[in-house]
Amino acid sequence: MSIIKLLLKSPKFLIGFGLFVFLLLTAFIYPAVSTKDPLDMVGFMYEPPSSTFLLGTDNFGRDVFVELIHGMKSSIIIGLFSGLIATAIGITIGLFAGYKGGMVDNILNSITNIFLVIPPFVILILITVSIESRSLLTMGLVLGITSWPWTARAVRAQSLSLRNREHVDIARLNGASTFEIIVKEIMPYILSYIFMAFIIQVASAILSEAGISMLGLGPSNIVSLGTMLSWALLFGAVRSGAWWAFIPPTLVIALITFSLYIMNTGMDEVFNPQLRS
Amino acid sequence: MTTKKTVLEVNNLKTYYQTRLGEKIKAVHSVSFKLCEGEIFGIAGESGCGKSTLAMSISGLFLPPLKHESGSVFLEGENIFKKDINYLRKEILGKKYSYIPQSAMNALNPTIKIKDFVIDLMKEHEPEMKEKEILELTRDRFESLSLPSRVLDLYPLELSGGMKQRVVVAISTLMNPVVVAADEPTSALDVSTQKMVIKLIKELFDDGIVKSIIFITHELPVLRHICDRIAVMYAGEFVEVGKMEDVIFNPIHPYSQALMQSILVPEEGMKEKKLPCLPGSPPDLRKIPTGCRFADRCPIATEECKKEEVEMTSLGDRSVRCIRINYIMMQGKKVTPYGTKY
Amino acid sequence: MAQNTEEIIRVENLTKVFGSGKKAVKAVNKINFSIKRGEIVSLVGQSGSGKTTVTRLILRLLKETEGKIIFEGKDVTNIKSEEKKEYWKKVQAIFQDPYASFNIFSPVKKVLLDTFKLFNSSYSKKEKEKLICETLESVNLRPEEVVDKYPFELSGGQRQRIMIARAHLIRPQLLLADEPTSMIDANLRSGILELLLSLRDTDGCTIMFVTHDLGLAYYVSDRIFIMHEGEIVEEGSANKIITAPEHPYTKQLIKDVPKLSEEWLTS
Repeated sequence: MSIIKLLLKSPKFLIGFGLFVFLLLTAFIYPAVSTKDPLDMVGFMYEPPSSTFLLGTDNFGRDVFVELIHGMKSSIIIGLFSGLIATAIGITIGLFAGYKGGMVDNILNSITNIFLVIPPFVILILITVSIESRSLLTMGLVLGITSWPWTARAVRAQSLSLRNREHVDIARLNGASTFEIIVKEIMPYILSYIFMAFIIQVASAILSEAGISMLGLGPSNIVSLGTMLSWALLFGAVRSGAWWAFIPPTLVIALITFSLYIMNTGMDEVFNPQLRS
Repeated sequence: MTTKKTVLEVNNLKTYYQTRLGEKIKAVHSVSFKLCEGEIFGIAGESGCGKSTLAMSISGLFLPPLKHESGSVFLEGENIFKKDINYLRKEILGKKYSYIPQSAMNALNPTIKIKDFVIDLMKEHEPEMKEKEILELTRDRFESLSLPSRVLDLYPLELSGGMKQRVVVAISTLMNPVVVAADEPTSALDVSTQKMVIKLIKELFDDGIVKSIIFITHELPVLRHICDRIAVMYAGEFVEVGKMEDVIFNPIHPYSQALMQSILVPEEGMKEKKLPCLPGSPPDLRKIPTGCRFADRCPIATEECKKEEVEMTSLGDRSVRCIRINYIMMQGKKVTPYGTKY
Repeated sequence: MAQNTEEIIRVENLTKVFGSGKKAVKAVNKINFSIKRGEIVSLVGQSGSGKTTVTRLILRLLKETEGKIIFEGKDVTNIKSEEKKEYWKKVQAIFQDPYASFNIFSPVKKVLLDTFKLFNSSYSKKEKEKLICETLESVNLRPEEVVDKYPFELSGGQRQRIMIARAHLIRPQLLLADEPTSMIDANLRSGILELLLSLRDTDGCTIMFVTHDLGLAYYVSDRIFIMHEGEIVEEGSANKIITAPEHPYTKQLIKDVPKLSEEWLTS
């Protein structure tokens, strides 16, 4: 398809995609081939970077480099899982509300708006403190169910403008059911939007995870980029000048989100002809 | 008419679009015509025949993907393809040649008032003109055209489609351009508003504000009421050029004949006629067949027609691009929008 | 052209109000008309006159605010989904923009296969495909050239022919043609009109054209309804409407349409 050709010509998309794939591969291949446990205390507190510990050690004397890669893996898992959930809920509600209109739309739209105005961080904190053991997937779930409203709104607006298209009328005149129309006549048209929304959701979930974990409400007994920052904060890494304990995770968070956002911008330019120069 | 001054001369103009895939879409091919002062010249043709591209090309401003291949355009004796872009923007466009595109009314910025739009536009051409002068000029012009000058204080959103289009026409002729090219100025409008817009254009012309007009449309009945001469365009070429009465009521080229026969208007004599049926569709402008471009759909085409490029043949005050003119004349039938008479 | 006097559809006091309260817009206001079987009529109105709303109301794609639609003697105003399928076997439509009428992700074959959903047909896939090919031939398209194409690969005329083929496949009793040729060039329009009109002879189909084009309406129809601001202001035979209009709006409309033999700009 020509769209894919155009995507492959977009430098923004290529940079973002390449970077993300590189980070993804590093995060998943390294832990698979290396036997090093990120929670092993292998050195002393805040040892500076050296040939044994590439990025030094943290407050518990753990290897920051190993932690960083495992943390990246956790963060990406949480991001993808949360993005998946948010997108699934968002498109279901958005498509249904937009296509059905009327009462259904009013109700679904109100629910969406309520979720939008509640500060997600507050819900996040409330939910996380009430769950005893927090695994990666619970974190993803929690982030997913608080962030779907944005996707729902975007998808609703799109399907609202599509529902009066003539091909939808033709499908109705063929006796197609609501479900068939939504899946076959509306969804394909907004697939690119959905995909873009998914990317944004993944990026923002990774950021939220970092924020939550920094407050000490992250996944239990698992290293994530956020928990690394949380420890650095708790044990005064900044005061001790142990930059290696907090700068690498911050940079990696920035890199992941940067790769996703720039990929999204590249796609936006391809899918939305008005933005093409 | 022959003694009148020629204001626009287009010689053998060829322009094309460069696609992203590196292909050339030859939109305008060997178009030549002269436009005299005090003349309204109609260009008729169906979508994709190159009529809008022609009007854009005449401006000399080639915005990608549109490109110039060969040919020249003289506007009041100036070869405008020899001028640089800044000169064109400042001295030609809007001042001497004004192009009013089909979607002109959407060109109004919805967030600024009409008067600010006018000021911005005029300042581009006359930087030393004061805002007050510009507004005065605009008010006067609006009044002389009996357009309410209060619309200047409104936002485009507050105007109806017909009013917006009239405002655009009035604004784009503020600097009394020598030639105005109106490209389907009414095709998105209701019949009643369409009439008002065309009346306005005619008024500009009758008052001498605009010296000559190129009127582009696929609506042939409209051409019947405002044009002196008409060119029928097909696949990038003029196939017939002549006086309005001749082209509409007695076309010679087989394509013009089909086009005129397909006119449907609500008047007696229209209900009983048979509509012509042309097979196929116009050629792909990326790979144009040799010979006559209409040959594949032409009811009277022979093998001869497909051999080499067909030139315009002059027949008194009209010219026709067809090698079978003699055959058509011999048939002795008269094709009109009301049907065929023998 | 055998015409009988049997009524195929009657619309009584049909009204549609969009929105509510102060923002309510009466798109269609208490309109009444009736069409006989085998007739070709046109509903003529300018944009915003409510003519497309009437189409959607008759097609039951839109719920009316008030009024009744009686089709073949039966009140169809409140039919539910299964009955709607039955209704759509008999009442179909062709829309203005042949490109928008297609799902751009489906090839032609799929668009046509989808119409079989209306019928609980026992046709095998082969039989369906054979029927589709025959129908495409009847609208002067070469099946092998178009069936596997996507809508963007076809010309506007071809797309509208496929939409006619779709209608022909269903063989409806009543076909609503909403501006079927306004996006199609004059030279291709003739072929499309001829095909549409032939549906009356081959399928005994009654056709209602919905258009802004008085010239087209005059050419194709037996009777014309003139619609203005949600109301039908005048109805009559095509000849009568054109030559001896009565309502001031109709008179104005006819005066404003550019014609060939009469002066236009000075009137």
